[in-house]
Amino acid sequence: MVTHCTLADAQDSAPSRPITNLLRRATPTMTPHEVGADPVTDQIPAIADIKVQLRNFGFAYGSNQVLKDLNVAFENKKVTALIGPSGCGKTTLLRSFNRMHDLYPGNRYTGEILLLPDRINLVAPDVSPTEMRMRLSMVFQKPNPFPKSIFENVAFGLRMRGVRDKARIREKVEQSLRDAALWDETKDRLHKPAYDLSGGQQQRLCIARALAVDPEIVLFDEPTSALDPTATLRIEELIDSLRNRVTIIIVTHNMQQAQRIADWTGFLYLGSMVEFDRTEKVFTNPGNKLTEQYITGRFG
Amino acid sequence: MRSIQEIVARRRRQDRWFAVLGVFCTSIGIITLIALLANLLIDGLGHLDWQFLTSFASRRASSAGVLAAVVGSLLVMLVTACVAAPLGIAAGVWLEEYAPKNRVATILEVNIANLAGVPSVIYGLMALSVFVYAFGFGHSILTAALTLAVLILPIVIVATREALRTIPRTIREASYALGATKWETVWHHLLPYSLGGIATGVIIGLSRAIGETAPLVTIGALAFIAFLPDPPVTGEFPFVSFSWLGSDFTVLPIQMFNWVSRPDPAFHHNAAATGVLLIAITLGMNAIAIFVRYRMRKAIQW
Ligand SMILES: Nc1ncnc2c1ncn2[C@@H]1O[C@H](COP(=O)(O)OP(=O)(O)O)[C@@H](O)[C@H]1O
Ligand SMILES: [Mg+2]
Repeated sequence: MVTHCTLADAQDSAPSRPITNLLRRATPTMTPHEVGADPVTDQIPAIADIKVQLRNFGFAYGSNQVLKDLNVAFENKKVTALIGPSGCGKTTLLRSFNRMHDLYPGNRYTGEILLLPDRINLVAPDVSPTEMRMRLSMVFQKPNPFPKSIFENVAFGLRMRGVRDKARIREKVEQSLRDAALWDETKDRLHKPAYDLSGGQQQRLCIARALAVDPEIVLFDEPTSALDPTATLRIEELIDSLRNRVTIIIVTHNMQQAQRIADWTGFLYLGSMVEFDRTEKVFTNPGNKLTEQYITGRFG
Repeated sequence: MRSIQEIVARRRRQDRWFAVLGVFCTSIGIITLIALLANLLIDGLGHLDWQFLTSFASRRASSAGVLAAVVGSLLVMLVTACVAAPLGIAAGVWLEEYAPKNRVATILEVNIANLAGVPSVIYGLMALSVFVYAFGFGHSILTAALTLAVLILPIVIVATREALRTIPRTIREASYALGATKWETVWHHLLPYSLGGIATGVIIGLSRAIGETAPLVTIGALAFIAFLPDPPVTGEFPFVSFSWLGSDFTVLPIQMFNWVSRPDPAFHHNAAATGVLLIAITLGMNAIAIFVRYRMRKAIQW
């Protein structure tokens, strides 16, 4: 099974591909080429249980090719962190998984994102975005609860899935709020507006909302970037508790956070996956100079 | 050479003169309005009693009342709202959420903006040829309501679009990310969250429609009506009746216009009383619109 996912693949197969143009055009201080990306593929332990796999995946906002030739696999029921300097395409990649880009005109996917075990290419034009969004949940960078009650926020996804049974909805809402470690704080005010909650509570509500629909994958886009350290810690604990239950892909710009919660870490740079490996390996013995510079904060 | 004090004093006099001029110009508008209102109130308020509100038009000014016009205005407004609100909201939602952002949509948008500026008498002409002759609705309540509905449609559409536009992108994305379709997003989120703005638009539109005279004169509203339309509720099955839609009618501004144009000054007092009523209704509706908007603003801050 193909599990390798470094820039080296792309370079070997097509050294003059536009990826290099992209890198040059952006005039970074250093490109993977200049520092000599090591072919680290042989050191990557194969992922036995893959949940989702990118094959030559690319994405463009109109003529702006932001992601190029990504070949990565994400392990089932594990936490994978995506790190990289801002503007490198982390959010763009995450939003590709649940077809958020389809909401705006002019966006284009290339290649494949295969969802396993059914091997459905979720960015194929004939695959319904709505269907994919039913299977994958997303937690956004800024908490975005609906201006409805706490209860209705969590129940909405269930209603979209045709759940009508009131008792079942109540049960599921409670369970999701418990999973999101928000039950104790909200059980007496379920029908109060979600906007009365603090920022950290709102983000946990959004997580509960995402979990209520039993997603196969939960996508987190810098879920703690707008929160204080205490709220951040609670969300990290929460993500940790979801390990082995659901596949998690989390974008973070916080190196410590990635180390604390991620099994796998991918380093994205100018739209290419420069390094993808076990978190430990990435942070203790990175295979690529760029990764090393980025994680040690000596960048640019 | 003049002293600095002198120069400054002169320039300050200039300043003061302009301030006085400004106040004067502003006052002209306000004073005119107040004088108008005062005049109406003095002339009309004395006549605005229960008897006036519950009597039909009459040859004698003292026993004439506005009952037919009040009922006519209410029924026309009711139907206008029932037609303009769904059409305007649907059009607004389509333009804002569904329409592809291309040339055709731009042309549509510009046209809708222009529609709001078309003189209302033109709508009357359009209604005369379409509703009265082509559809054969006659000069009925239905025709009047449809005419006014078309007239205020741009107001409702623009209000709907503006209300939708204030909803942040992140809310739409949250809904889509949970697997909602476009229609589900509109129905469960966008419409409820923009209801305040939309309601405000509908009320503002109605308060414009209630004072419209020209298009209704064009379609042939009667000024002298001594009967009420058929009641909407009947004694026998199916208990509701829509025959009132086809009834002849008059409305407050037309009744007022009719009285103003009579030579007998006694009728002018009736006209003034009707004017007071009309202004009170309009101001009341605008007050409700402001209140609704204020309440919704307080309830939902993004
Ligand atoms: N809607 C958009 N249209 C065009 N370009 C975009 C859009 N959103 C993001 N980009 C560009 O795509 C690149 C990657 O953005 P993003 O995925 O948000 O980066 P990250 O999340 O890693 O900070 C950036 O160069 C950004 O300017
Ligand atoms: Mg981002």
